[in-house]
Amino acid sequence: MPTEIVQIALFTTLAALAATVVMLPPGIALAWVLARHRFRGKSVVETLASLPLVMPPVATGLLLLWLVGRRGPIGKMLAPFGIEIVFTPAAVVLAMAVMGLPLLVRTARAGFEQVTKRYEQMAETLGARPWRVFTTVTLPLASRNILAGALLGFTRALGEFGATIVVAGSIPGRTRTLAVGIYTYTETGQDARAAALLAVSVTLAFGATLIANRLAHVD
Amino acid sequence: MARLRQGFRLRAGRYDGQAGGQAGATADGAARFELRFSLTQGVFTVAADLEFTARAVALFGPSGSGKTTILEAIAGLRAPQHGRIAVRGRVLCDTATHTSVPVRDRHVGYVPQDVLLFPHLDVRKNVTYAQERRATVDVPNLDHLLGLTTLMDRRVSGLSGGERQRVALARALYSGPDVLLLDEPLAAVDLARRRLILDVLTAIRDDLQVPLVYVTHSPEEARAIADYAIVLDEGKVVAAGAPGDVLP
Repeated sequence: MPTEIVQIALFTTLAALAATVVMLPPGIALAWVLARHRFRGKSVVETLASLPLVMPPVATGLLLLWLVGRRGPIGKMLAPFGIEIVFTPAAVVLAMAVMGLPLLVRTARAGFEQVTKRYEQMAETLGARPWRVFTTVTLPLASRNILAGALLGFTRALGEFGATIVVAGSIPGRTRTLAVGIYTYTETGQDARAAALLAVSVTLAFGATLIANRLAHVD
Repeated sequence: MARLRQGFRLRAGRYDGQAGGQAGATADGAARFELRFSLTQGVFTVAADLEFTARAVALFGPSGSGKTTILEAIAGLRAPQHGRIAVRGRVLCDTATHTSVPVRDRHVGYVPQDVLLFPHLDVRKNVTYAQERRATVDVPNLDHLLGLTTLMDRRVSGLSGGERQRVALARALYSGPDVLLLDEPLAAVDLARRRLILDVLTAIRDDLQVPLVYVTHSPEEARAIADYAIVLDEGKVVAAGAPGDVLP
């Protein structure tokens, strides 16, 4: 297999893994808040959290470009530290994390909703403070769903295209991912390379989805 | 069982450093209870207006009479709209002064009817969950009393009804509670094992001197364990006093 293909496959897998790590803390927090709390504006938060699922990914990419671009609100804050995101591997991770987050939140939320509150109450009667209740009871009991959600987010990240190409481009050896690579190679008539990337994509997605489904269905 | 009783008698009284020395507890381990509250949930109201001293209180009544609600009010899992709850001289809640001690600071050992052992932890981790164990808890004694030594490394999913009950009792007692709240502790235990659990509860009451609040709809059980009984019906206290006088 040409080194370029190997590099793209490795880069995409690592970026998707990094994106999964990045999306886990906010994803778990958001899922827990949505599962366990009622507050004003909850439906707005719920809708915002699902938006990347229904919006055209290219539009999400454009939004990210505005936010983290040199003149965007987040880009401006990072600029003094010499941090630039657009068209870097970090932009790939960001796009993947944003696109994968809704899947993680939905699956993890269902997990938190399934955890019987009475287990948490038992922990409280045994003197546990809220953080201990969360880390020793709630989180472990929801862990199967969280893991399944993380895997779904990871698979979504692996296949990310629209947002990635807008905010990270398709720079060979730097930001080119599987999906973007397939598109670029097909566009430029490099069919063999496109086919090789396709095979890698199918294999990775198949494996990850299989594991995610097993996690979701086994008791 | 004989071994269990005998072994336990040798260690009797070790617990009274906590029980006897505390305000609201007498030398024989009896505790002062103040249950004067009303708690409404939807269309159902549970109300009590009682003050008494007891080593073991039976809450007796048919299903839906409010027994569990009273336990949960003492544990702090439900909040009365009006009134005051105090156990062993310690006010747990008082709506007049807007006092409500958080669940985690109430020092109650609660064993619900479905015991609710943490399914993801083994027996040992369940039992030792209460980290901030109070110094007065005599762990070897407890393990012996409840016959835990052989259970410690088991998964909770493989335990029988009686074993689950013992593990749940241990988990509650390891926290060094001021009072033990038991919701139908014999409901999921087969007939042959009921006597064993009752003996364990008697030992907890007499030797560990932890006062019990015991929910049951069996007058025999109530008589066997309690020295004070509260008879409930549709959320109201219809009788309270010595079990021999008030139980059917």
